[in-house]
Amino acid sequence: MTLLALTRRTLIAAATSTLALGAALAPATAQTPEGVLIVGQIAEPKSLDPAAVTAVNDFRILVNLYEGLVRYKPGTLEVEPQLATDWTISDDGTVYTFTLREGVTFHDGTPFDAAAVKFNFDRMLDDTHPYHDTGPFPLAFFFSAVKETTVVDPMTVRFTLSEPYAPFLSNLAYPTGLLVSPAAVEAHGADFGRNPAGTGPFTFAEWRSNEAVVIERNDDYWGDPAGTDAVVFRPITDANTRVAEMLAGGIDLMVEVPPTSLGQFRGEGFEIVEQAGPHVWFLILNAREGPFADVRVRQAANYAVNKEAIVNDVLEGTAEVAAGPIPPAFAWAYNDALAPYPHDPEKARALLAEAGMEAPEVTFYVTEGGSGMLDPVAMGTAIQADLAEVGFDVTIETYEWNTFLGEVNPGLEGKADMAEMAWMTNDPDTLPYLALRTDAWPDRGGFNSGYYSNPEVDALLEEARTATDQNRRAELYREMQAIVQQDAPWVFVANWKQNAVTSDRVGNFTLEPSFLLHLQDVVKN
Amino acid sequence: MGRYILKRLISAVPVLLGITVIVFAIMAMIPGDPATAILGSYATPENVARINRDLGLDKPLVQRYFIWLGNMLQGDFGRSFSLNRPVLDEILERFNATLILAGTSFVICAILGILAGVVSAARQYGLADKLITFTVLIGISIPSFFLGMMMILLFAVNLRWLPVSGMYAIYGGGDVPDLLRHLVMPALALAAVATGVIARLSRSAMLEVLRQDYIRTARAKGVPEGRVILGHALRAAMVSIIPVLGIQAGFVLSGAVYIEIVFQWPGVGRMLVDAILKRDILLVQGGVVFVAACYVGFNIAVDVAQSLLDPRIKT
Repeated sequence: MTLLALTRRTLIAAATSTLALGAALAPATAQTPEGVLIVGQIAEPKSLDPAAVTAVNDFRILVNLYEGLVRYKPGTLEVEPQLATDWTISDDGTVYTFTLREGVTFHDGTPFDAAAVKFNFDRMLDDTHPYHDTGPFPLAFFFSAVKETTVVDPMTVRFTLSEPYAPFLSNLAYPTGLLVSPAAVEAHGADFGRNPAGTGPFTFAEWRSNEAVVIERNDDYWGDPAGTDAVVFRPITDANTRVAEMLAGGIDLMVEVPPTSLGQFRGEGFEIVEQAGPHVWFLILNAREGPFADVRVRQAANYAVNKEAIVNDVLEGTAEVAAGPIPPAFAWAYNDALAPYPHDPEKARALLAEAGMEAPEVTFYVTEGGSGMLDPVAMGTAIQADLAEVGFDVTIETYEWNTFLGEVNPGLEGKADMAEMAWMTNDPDTLPYLALRTDAWPDRGGFNSGYYSNPEVDALLEEARTATDQNRRAELYREMQAIVQQDAPWVFVANWKQNAVTSDRVGNFTLEPSFLLHLQDVVKN
Repeated sequence: MGRYILKRLISAVPVLLGITVIVFAIMAMIPGDPATAILGSYATPENVARINRDLGLDKPLVQRYFIWLGNMLQGDFGRSFSLNRPVLDEILERFNATLILAGTSFVICAILGILAGVVSAARQYGLADKLITFTVLIGISIPSFFLGMMMILLFAVNLRWLPVSGMYAIYGGGDVPDLLRHLVMPALALAAVATGVIARLSRSAMLEVLRQDYIRTARAKGVPEGRVILGHALRAAMVSIIPVLGIQAGFVLSGAVYIEIVFQWPGVGRMLVDAILKRDILLVQGGVVFVAACYVGFNIAVDVAQSLLDPRIKT
């Protein structure tokens, strides 16, 4: 026993002194070559075919190789021209006509024209297209409103939609709308994803499985040339190892730094970059049955949860308190008149008493981790404690991410009263439309797992989707946010700030609200 | 001998078939499906059905099992949807990396472990024995992933002697010295526990043998102590050490999973963990069957080696 105790103590001492040594020694010379930016990614990409992938991790590479007709204006989530120079929308909102940029060629030498655009959309949307089998294309439904893509002349392309669909432009700016070289798809077929060719500021150089994807400066680029000779994307799935690589100088830039590791980079040699994005972290409340069927109990939960403590203590300041269903990153559609529910346990207790609820029992689904879920177990535990303080009796059930989705997406009825959830979207329409409408109840094919229903909200969302004037859309969304906040179908918890760390050899780096990683302007000394 | 090997090989067939059934059933039973994993937030029933159709997952289970088994017997392990390439290509490439890591670790733990055990036994209760026993206890007690992380902090982050992770340098690497520099830490971290286990068992096996009458006879005849230990005792002790080596080989192979994640070694263990999280059914199934086949192969090799050393085992 003595020996064991001694061993343990020795171990702890050894570990502590190693860590202390880490703090004491300043980083030595960097190892990475000049002009080559090495990026620590969170996983191996699935494919470099923009139509075939869904993960932000893959998008971070793609936006440097490819371009779309439009893109997000830097620093915003508003759409601006990229490979299209101009466009017109018909009055009824169903015909979009784009004028294309002259003198652009794909990396394999194929000229960029209207036929290439048509090829891209037909490949994704038309089952009979000869290269439709290079899929599956999981996010093709972003463009499911497109009835037909027409080549008007070599430099003009027209999309005819089956119905007005306002998010169409921002979907075109999403990575699923990036344009690939038709000739390269024809040459490589299903292996196009490993032999990509786009029009972007970087060209593909090599992909060493599980080691690196290398892209190099495109010297024939139509715009300003890239600031680095090459960028290497390294998949490092373990967050601790990623942090160690950054500290050791093995990578120049890392994304998704764990909140608890940020402290190690506050100091010389590193720069921390943060950017709020289109992300909402919330609790779905089961409005069909149980205590949360009463709006007062739902509001009580919103008052009871101490969101400030969660974003500052659990998430170490890497998120901000959410006020409603649309994140502030969508500046044009965000209702900044709304203040988040304050942390007010007294008010929560009063509302519970008013609703006649004595210690309501609540089953709470928590996930172990997942896309955009931040620190779900710690957050879930904090929420459980906050709710318990005002009188809720909360039982947590924890599931692995894919299992969790399998439980939550079909609806909470008969299983749970409350579940964690997070979304990252590219248009203010997406989340409310898919998760707050009556027609989005799970049995109707949506994600409204808590069965919230308000005809007023339904009408506002339908109208916003068909309005082509952005100001009108913004008005409708603001109205919708006010109603939803009052109805409290969710507990609005946090908006995540994406973070990244760069070494001091890296310059001109910024994060975008879109969570994409544009590296064209970045330089490395 | 040939008959013995053949018998063992035939007995492996039902084991492997059983494994295919088990791994297939587990992948079919665990909640969450590939379509949900691909689509994430966008997994509407309609989208899920479309992806399942594209992946061929809409067929009945039994039919899917036999299609998979049939294809595999013809050497076609299918295509990984999460990596978008043939499963077998991925497994072979990854297995190569795992073999380098696990193989090196195994050599390290076998040599160091037996050496430590022999020295320990020869100098029972001496200073060397006490030092070795103590070190071995530490080796066995530290979880390998923790040891790995501490090594990274010390040797890569602070001292900067060795690279943090990966198998080759991203730029200007790819030769053997480069590989060795990347291999040192993961191989040692992975070998630590197994070295301890082997050392302990070698020590007791040696002590057991050293108490035998024929050892006393050999010593009485004046055979030099070195020959007594290595020639007489070790050879006899090997009969009980070899099965332990076999078990530890399997242990090193499975322990590689943690080490591969900590050191981002592009091996089959890391591949399987990623594949499970992404519900990449074919990759998990193919990977598990492949690893299981290797395991079975190891065991047969160990049994054969043992029967060569000890004629009594042969049947």
